[in-house]
Amino acid sequence: MHKKVTFRGVALPLALLLPQLAITAVFFLWPAGQALYQSVLRQDPFGLRTTFVGLANFERLFSDPLYLNAFQVTLVFSIAVTAIGLSLALLLAVMADRVIKGASGYKTLLVMPYAVAPAVAGVLWWFLFNPSIGLFAHALRAVGVDWNHLLNGDQAMILVVVAAVWKQISYNFLFFLAGLQAIPKSLIEAAAIDGAGPFKRFWTIVFPLLSPTAFFLLVVNVTYAFFDTFQIIHATTSGGPGQATTILVYKVYSDGFVGLDLGGSAAQSVVLMAIVIVLTIVQFRWIERRVQY
Amino acid sequence: MVENRPVLTILRHLVLGLGVVIVLFPVWVAFVASTHPQAALMSGAAPLLPGDRLVENYSRLLASGMSQAGGTPVGLMLLNSFIMALLIATGKIAVSLVSAFAIVYFRFPFRMVAFWIIFLTLMLPVEVRILPTFEVIADLGMLNSYAGLTIPLVASATATFLFRQFYLTIPDELAEAARMDGAGPMRFFRDILLPLSRTNIAAIFVIMFLFGWNQYLWPLIVTTDESYTTIVMGIYRMVNVSDEQPQWHLVMATAMLALLPPVVVILVMQRLFVKGLVETEK
Repeated sequence: MHKKVTFRGVALPLALLLPQLAITAVFFLWPAGQALYQSVLRQDPFGLRTTFVGLANFERLFSDPLYLNAFQVTLVFSIAVTAIGLSLALLLAVMADRVIKGASGYKTLLVMPYAVAPAVAGVLWWFLFNPSIGLFAHALRAVGVDWNHLLNGDQAMILVVVAAVWKQISYNFLFFLAGLQAIPKSLIEAAAIDGAGPFKRFWTIVFPLLSPTAFFLLVVNVTYAFFDTFQIIHATTSGGPGQATTILVYKVYSDGFVGLDLGGSAAQSVVLMAIVIVLTIVQFRWIERRVQY
Repeated sequence: MVENRPVLTILRHLVLGLGVVIVLFPVWVAFVASTHPQAALMSGAAPLLPGDRLVENYSRLLASGMSQAGGTPVGLMLLNSFIMALLIATGKIAVSLVSAFAIVYFRFPFRMVAFWIIFLTLMLPVEVRILPTFEVIADLGMLNSYAGLTIPLVASATATFLFRQFYLTIPDELAEAARMDGAGPMRFFRDILLPLSRTNIAAIFVIMFLFGWNQYLWPLIVTTDESYTTIVMGIYRMVNVSDEQPQWHLVMATAMLALLPPVVVILVMQRLFVKGLVETEK
């Protein structure tokens, strides 16, 4: 995709690009390079001497049960957030797509959580599930569930998943709705004339045509669960109880900022960067494919 | 409409209604809690109907904050958040408008390299490279300043990408005509491209304003001075007061204040917001 008509000059475009490139270089590329560099060094406890240790930091990382645990926690967390978030949003979007009366009202209300910061979303749900005064905690106790996410790791995980899904639902909803509205009505009408009921139409026509949107949202949601949910966890459970809600990005922060383990934290950064790069490439390929047709 | 099935229509409204309840319920409970005195939130289940302390709680919070959390006035936090969101949104738009212009309308060496370097920033969220980025800010003496809060977040792959896609849809004849009339590139940019980009600028402004307002980790690490506290990170300090139960009525009032401005922005500018969101990701 290139313009046929362009302007001449080299200095001007470079000057126009300069602010963006300078910020990128100083605040993105340099720190990323530093993380790479530090990941092969080890500092002594007093910060006086650093030695080159090769891949030892990575070896240490992948033999550290706490880190492997964080990997497992991240997997459970992101699968839960993605699966629940996507299915709920799809359900709501399919319902909203065919509603005539009040459609825009529903849409307006469902879009609201997008505006709420993840940290605030976390605090709202933290309050609802608060073991001593939370409404949901009381309701659960009434049906015999002893709710205390301060002590029970599984319950803490449920809490952060709920908050993360709630926050992301509007995003997924909007994209599914846009995808649904792009499906030609004639296809659905043709199927209806051939005698296919609403459920059959959904599974054989709507759902397959929606798969590009679904795939895009899948990648976005995994990225969201891996990185943006840091806020929720930091503001509520702080990774606890024990290590039950310590996801990878929370561990980078707590090992680096709180534990001051430079080499280890840098190695974790490098692993995370590799994960984001893979996710972004997958996403970009999707964008390119979309642009083609 | 393919066919009319009343049962299905009722089911649809039922599911959507339930969705709306799930979405609104936490916010309603927070609002209710913020209108009660502290005593109502000490034991038993939290109330479901508003109390009578609305004005009292909020005015106290806005003017003098919560004493256990340093007593930073929430009014000041709101102001900080507003400044930060505004600077980030404006900065991102300004920087991306010109870089997209350079990439689309010029041929120069390393053009694609520049494009890829910008695109790379998408791949490096701040949470991932937190420690080295903090060191850079500290070395530059940008801790505790609006510059430190905003400049590093101004680079934007998303906005650049959106403007690039938009410029590519503008007919070549316009640039040709401008050139024939003797307009230089900057004249073309100012008099033709900018006016054409108005809707896109507005749409991306909404998205980026929300992005800036909802920043959390970044202000938390680059500011220690309380006069730079933004409201989203301020909540963290209020929830995590040492050795005691948080004062829920004040925490919830702060949460309400933190979510009100972005929610208003989304509701008022809904069409632009949806356009911006769906198109930036496309």
